Amino acid sequence: METLLKSNPLEKLNSTSVVSGARAVVETLIAEGVDLMFGYPGGAIMPVYDALYDYQSEINHVLTRHEQGAIHAAQGYARATGNVGVCLATSGPGATNLITGIADAQIDSTPIVCITGQVASALLGTDAFQETDVVGISMPVTKWNFQVTKAAEIPRAIAKAFYIAKSGRPGPVLIDITKDAQFETFEFHYKPFKSMRSYVPIYKLNLNRIEEAANLINSAKKPLVVFGQGVILSEAEEVFKTFIEKAGLPSAWTILGLSALESDHHLNVGMLGMHGNYAPNKLTNECDLLIAIGMRFDDRVTGNLDLYAKQAQVIHIEIDPSEIGKNVPTDVAVLGDAKQVLHELLLRVEKRNHQDWLKEFRRLEKLEVETVINKEFYPTTETLTMAEVIHGINQKSEGKAIIVSDVGQHQMIACRYSKFSESRSNITSGGLGTMGFCLPAALGAKLGQPNREVIAVIGDGGFQMTIQELGTIFQTGANIKIVILNNEFLGMVRQWQELFFDKRYASTQLVNPDFQTIAKGYHLKSKKIQTRDELANGVEEMLNHDGSYLLEVMVGKENNVFPMIPTGAAVSDIRLK
Amino acid sequence: MMEKRRYTISVFTEDRVGLLNRVTIIFTRRKINIDSITASVSEIKGVHRYTIVVQESKELVKKVTAQIEKQVEVLKAFFHEDQEIIHQEIGLYKLPTQSLFLGGKAEEIVREHHARILSIESDFTVVEKTGHPCETTALFNALSPYGILEFVRSGSVAITKPMKTLAKYLEELEKEIELN
Ligand SMILES: Cc1ncc(C[n+]2csc(CCOP(=O)(O)OP(=O)(O)O)c2C)c(N)n1
Repeated sequence: METLLKSNPLEKLNSTSVVSGARAVVETLIAEGVDLMFGYPGGAIMPVYDALYDYQSEINHVLTRHEQGAIHAAQGYARATGNVGVCLATSGPGATNLITGIADAQIDSTPIVCITGQVASALLGTDAFQETDVVGISMPVTKWNFQVTKAAEIPRAIAKAFYIAKSGRPGPVLIDITKDAQFETFEFHYKPFKSMRSYVPIYKLNLNRIEEAANLINSAKKPLVVFGQGVILSEAEEVFKTFIEKAGLPSAWTILGLSALESDHHLNVGMLGMHGNYAPNKLTNECDLLIAIGMRFDDRVTGNLDLYAKQAQVIHIEIDPSEIGKNVPTDVAVLGDAKQVLHELLLRVEKRNHQDWLKEFRRLEKLEVETVINKEFYPTTETLTMAEVIHGINQKSEGKAIIVSDVGQHQMIACRYSKFSESRSNITSGGLGTMGFCLPAALGAKLGQPNREVIAVIGDGGFQMTIQELGTIFQTGANIKIVILNNEFLGMVRQWQELFFDKRYASTQLVNPDFQTIAKGYHLKSKKIQTRDELANGVEEMLNHDGSYLLEVMVGKENNVFPMIPTGAAVSDIRLK
Repeated sequence: MMEKRRYTISVFTEDRVGLLNRVTIIFTRRKINIDSITASVSEIKGVHRYTIVVQESKELVKKVTAQIEKQVEVLKAFFHEDQEIIHQEIGLYKLPTQSLFLGGKAEEIVREHHARILSIESDFTVVEKTGHPCETTALFNALSPYGILEFVRSGSVAITKPMKTLAKYLEELEKEIELN
């Protein structure tokens, strides 16, 4: 008897093969190099799922428990690997459930291709069952989107989607395919998409600008590099390091740039922004030259724009022309891919050693260590701090793990204190700040980087936003270490209520389920830690366990994250307490 | 805050369903009201152009134009102040034929305003005026006493004064892309 899973062997396609649109979707994905995707089936996408059934050895389709889980997993995969993340969903609610992740990928420049099923073309616009205008809905949050109504459009539309998603400044693309187009048959031809006249992914380098930038760098007395994810996206880590070393440039990172430069590099001066390090925030307003590389001056990084680095000249190295001058006026704008630009700049900068200036950073850093960090790592309180958990993880992982964080206090703590020795190791929802991102993103990261340790650091609030993905983790057998930093509060909001709303804790207290029992339900090994004595062993046991593990750590309920730049204040007004 | 002025944004695009929506969203996001918008073909086959008029500060218009140009399938976007363009719009006015011709004054108004009568039916007459928005408004005000039944304005269309052609820009774009 034939088992259900065994399917008919497929004949290889040749240049005149007639196939269904659904099969063309799968063939095109394979041609684009896809071997892993995340999704959730439903009526309007069933033909594609049916086609996938024949390609199980070529494409691993991971069934998540919610479409939001699928797209965050695709994002985690893309962030960890640099490849395009792919997800699949049905029309209507399936498609709308993707929107949060699409918006997240758009603002964090993550290459994603979403394929959604749509009602048959004859029904478009009639409020048919599960019809939603996903092209309209996703327009503001996609780099590009397109509705396919004829099978013959499929190979080109999908090839173009991949080209757009990964080229230039990456972003999410959505292809909506009507059900009749999935059924329709046509002669399949696939051709990679190479270029289009109405889209310039990377502008030609202007060597004059590079010359000007180099001159500024060579004559600066107090230069400061602020770098973002652009360094990672353009795979510029090596040349970036050589460049800052040659010119002796103290370098600070945004949370999306984190891990592009190893944590213990002597020129790494820490984290920018609201909960960043004291020194780089303070000295942003003292430097004479600010060199921004692949970052976009987000308001969480700049604080009050009217008081941001006014004394400094600004060089902005950026791939996206619309980012130049968007928030911060620029003296020298260098349009281009960070890697190409840095290669050229490297040739033109002179060897420098800004020792005294670097010492300024170290002096302020010491202040932060004494007043904040030591208290976080070696608290005198009975309750555990989030930072000592991260510190404990650092000691065991030695900076080699991929740290995925959710959104809130624990995210800021994870970004502030995690140590990294490899790029693409810090995965977090930066621009959108999407709670619920972490758990599915960690799964995607692990499936993309199976040989790396993946540690998900999550708050008790955000964990419950996509907790159902424990089911996906169980079903895939992925090995993910989940650390819940449980303060029984929506901690970050509670912190703001404490500091700016008179301690009026409106709807931030959580009465949580027993996470240990939940872990058990998903056959996850787990442990709950309440005291300092248990911490080191707990972390060790988790990391040594062969398979997924949930470590729940009870932390101080009303601890706050410091330093902090209050909203509307200047970066230099960063408060240590 | 910089001073708000009238800016005309010309957007050259591929001919694609939904692209106009993608472009207008950029204004909606920043809560910018569009005074007028027109879409039409251009001198180059397959290239469409939108003419969008807004009252905003130069700084903001510059940023919005960059965000428009960034859209995939938008070829080029420019913004201009009034002195850099020749712009016109059409106003159509529908009036009761009786009230318009009985006193004899209306015809005079039409002539004075360099407008023309497009159509005279037994019950209504349609007048057309091409000009700047202030001119179509002036005619509206002048005709108002005669009972305007319907009034519509086309929205501005504009031709720029600089001599660089769209074809030249496209050529440059294609060179930029080849290099990648
Ligand atoms: C989807 C979503 N809803 C609401 C918020 C607003 N928000 C930001 S942080 C936060 C609290 C997070 O609490 P928890 O997950 O327990 O983490 P903690 O701050 O305690 O570490 C909330 C509600 C958000 N970022 N995302």
